[in-house]
Amino acid sequence: MVKFNRFILDNGLRVIVHEDNTTPMAVVNILYDVGARDENPEQTGFAHLFEHLMFGGSVNIPTYDEPLQRVGGENNAFTSNDITNYYITLPAANLETAFWLESDRMLSLAFSEKSLEVQRNVVMEEFKQRYLNQPYGDVWLRLRPLVYKHHPYQWATIGKNLEHIEHAKIEDVKAFFKKHYTPQNAIMVVGGDVTLEQVKQLAEKWFAPIPAGEKYVRNLPQEPEQHEERRETVTAKVPLNDIYIAFQVPARTDGDYFALDLISDILSRGQSSRLYRSLVKEKQLFSEIHAHLTGSSDKGMLVVEGKPLENVSIEEAEAAIWLELEAICNNPVPEDELIKVKNKTESTMVFSEMALLDKAMNLAFFELLGDADLFNHETEKYLAVNAQQIQEQSKSVFRRDNSSTLIYLAEK
Amino acid sequence: MLDRTIAPDFGSIDIIKLIEPEHTTLPNGCEVYLFDSGDQELVRIEWIFGNLRFNPEKPLLNMAANTLLTEGTSALTSSQIADRIDYYGAFLQAEYGYDQSTVTLYSLTRHLGSTLPVIFDVLTDSQYPEKELDTFIRNQQQKLQVSLQKNDVLARRAFNKAVYGNTIYGQSGEAADYQQLNCTDLLDHFKQMYQPSNCTLVIAGKVKEDTLKQITDAFNGWTNYSQPANTTQPTVIPQTERLYFTDKPDALQSAIRMGLPMVNRAHPDFPALQVLNTVLGGYFGSRLMANIREDKGYTYGIGSGISSLKHGSAFFIATEVGADVCHSAIAEIEKEIKLLKTELISEEELSLVRNYMLGSLLGSLENVFSHADKFKNVYFSGLTYDYYTRYTEIIKHVTAEDLRALANQYWDFDSFYKVIVGKY
Repeated sequence: MVKFNRFILDNGLRVIVHEDNTTPMAVVNILYDVGARDENPEQTGFAHLFEHLMFGGSVNIPTYDEPLQRVGGENNAFTSNDITNYYITLPAANLETAFWLESDRMLSLAFSEKSLEVQRNVVMEEFKQRYLNQPYGDVWLRLRPLVYKHHPYQWATIGKNLEHIEHAKIEDVKAFFKKHYTPQNAIMVVGGDVTLEQVKQLAEKWFAPIPAGEKYVRNLPQEPEQHEERRETVTAKVPLNDIYIAFQVPARTDGDYFALDLISDILSRGQSSRLYRSLVKEKQLFSEIHAHLTGSSDKGMLVVEGKPLENVSIEEAEAAIWLELEAICNNPVPEDELIKVKNKTESTMVFSEMALLDKAMNLAFFELLGDADLFNHETEKYLAVNAQQIQEQSKSVFRRDNSSTLIYLAEK
Repeated sequence: MLDRTIAPDFGSIDIIKLIEPEHTTLPNGCEVYLFDSGDQELVRIEWIFGNLRFNPEKPLLNMAANTLLTEGTSALTSSQIADRIDYYGAFLQAEYGYDQSTVTLYSLTRHLGSTLPVIFDVLTDSQYPEKELDTFIRNQQQKLQVSLQKNDVLARRAFNKAVYGNTIYGQSGEAADYQQLNCTDLLDHFKQMYQPSNCTLVIAGKVKEDTLKQITDAFNGWTNYSQPANTTQPTVIPQTERLYFTDKPDALQSAIRMGLPMVNRAHPDFPALQVLNTVLGGYFGSRLMANIREDKGYTYGIGSGISSLKHGSAFFIATEVGADVCHSAIAEIEKEIKLLKTELISEEELSLVRNYMLGSLLGSLENVFSHADKFKNVYFSGLTYDYYTRYTEIIKHVTAEDLRALANQYWDFDSFYKVIVGKY
């Protein structure tokens, strides 16, 4: 159980306070309700590039990192298709420095041309390092457009291509900031060795004077149901063949999400999971195989990925995956197996309560979904899932005409 | 009116007291260290074993004997072990390290009665079944093929080989080395290594007396092998060749790794060298990051570090840079090294690094597990908690002159081992 208090400033900024005096540290986590899905299809990769620019100095403070490091703090950020999340960890005694820095960059950035030029280069190197110069690195650049034909999830957070990043201009940066980086579009969580009163006072002082800005109303093209089998095969400079099968699944906020998450656990969590046991150990067809759920705010993906052994054909390997998927559709999951994945989920939640930053990020994320307190009710929702729901969800998801298959063939 | 150009006041960073463990030695020689703290009803138990002496003819034995621990005993098959652990929501990890190999159990306290007997079985009676070994060999060889396509992996392997030579640290293992693994060797290795007299047990979590008793009782029947574990290691002899270039004509980026053998944590200079390393490349605001990423935009990231091992240590700089700017990046690295050898670090920069390092130390003490980790750092280096007192004192008081002297004493760019994989 993670206890917290919540208040909202007049400008719309939502603030959540989690007091935890077992640590001498404090965390400040700010989630902006903007991700790669909010980008213009002709300017992809922008939300992520923008995240880099948030460290290039703000209107009153020339550098972001230096003053934070000077008070013993550390920070980082990440961008997903749904959100952009910034976080600071610092000695609680120096909490105000975090408020000073974060409020100034919410107020306005410096919009320096030099920073834009350098970060364009840095992000292009990131693109190369993580997506182009790695075996299978481009998988999301290929798989997303196969699964999504309308929704902006069809591009990865890094962007569709290097050119989109190369052509980013300072005017675009300014417009993006104005549109998305407003108090009413943000959720701040302050946790650790802090008090509610202290956070209220600091929030009033540093964040209340920031103008509310205009409310961004999201109106994205939704992805229609898939009714055709999709497939792409690429021959690439990779050492081994690789199979990806992606299925469209309900959004994170959908009641069916919990059953789906347990399905992915049954298939692939730990060495007792079905795909590993059957396909790696017993039938000896794959060297590795995994399944995971994207947990997206809009319609998401469940992806099964496996590398067949070298003497196994793609056809045989694919058929073996489908056999496992059909098994979970056709037979109720045994009670012990369902208890197992529920126990695992429950203990993971208990362990996650030991990490302050994880707690803060979770509170922000669930507040975005509607209410931070949802975090405290996750376990019971998993525990309520029954075998029938597992089977029904499996049947509705694991259909050939809901699948997008991407095959990598190793160039010999 | 709020003046946003002025930074708020900030205070000095006081390091909290580290939790020191309770210690007992079991009759069978196993050393037990216990950290009781925290509110959650859970526990992390680590069985830590010193690796056996490295045999260059069989370089993968320590790693394989550890990784395959969960693959079957006389009583339990690989899948029964996995079922038992997973059913109770526990996590069992076998982790091979350069100096020690560890078996870790994360478990809710209330399930220890069901999970501990599995660990006992694994540590006393692993059988290394032929079939599981074959699967392991095949899958590891496939994974190795993927790793060997990554420039940063190739650079790390070449660098370790250069500075650590023909030792457990330097030999990463080739596909052929997997082929010669066999059950007899593994069983021999297992018997000698996984015995109580070669084990340190570190328990952390909400561990009251009855929980401790439950753990020690579960291991009552654990006895030593007829011969003690030989955990001595051959002396590290670095290679003579300093330059290693692997040409990858299609590379978009080049992986660079360079550095040289260094003193380890047990040496009196180590804490000050950590400060020097932090200035150069040990944090986001470091000189290498500021210059090569934030000013030039050559890379997504660059950093430096000191890997401190029991029988050796190395200082290294690592990055992946645009293939077209590889030359310039190396020239900039050289410039930054030279600067630290000739110019004094300003008090402004040094005070920032001091505070950053103290904040980082404080932040690394998040929960009872981190306190146990701090203990392992000193314990396995043969040090005591005095190390942390000395470490914080040196961070606070080391002078710019000291650091410049250390840079001159320890860093000679021309004699650095330099590895480049990609284009140059």
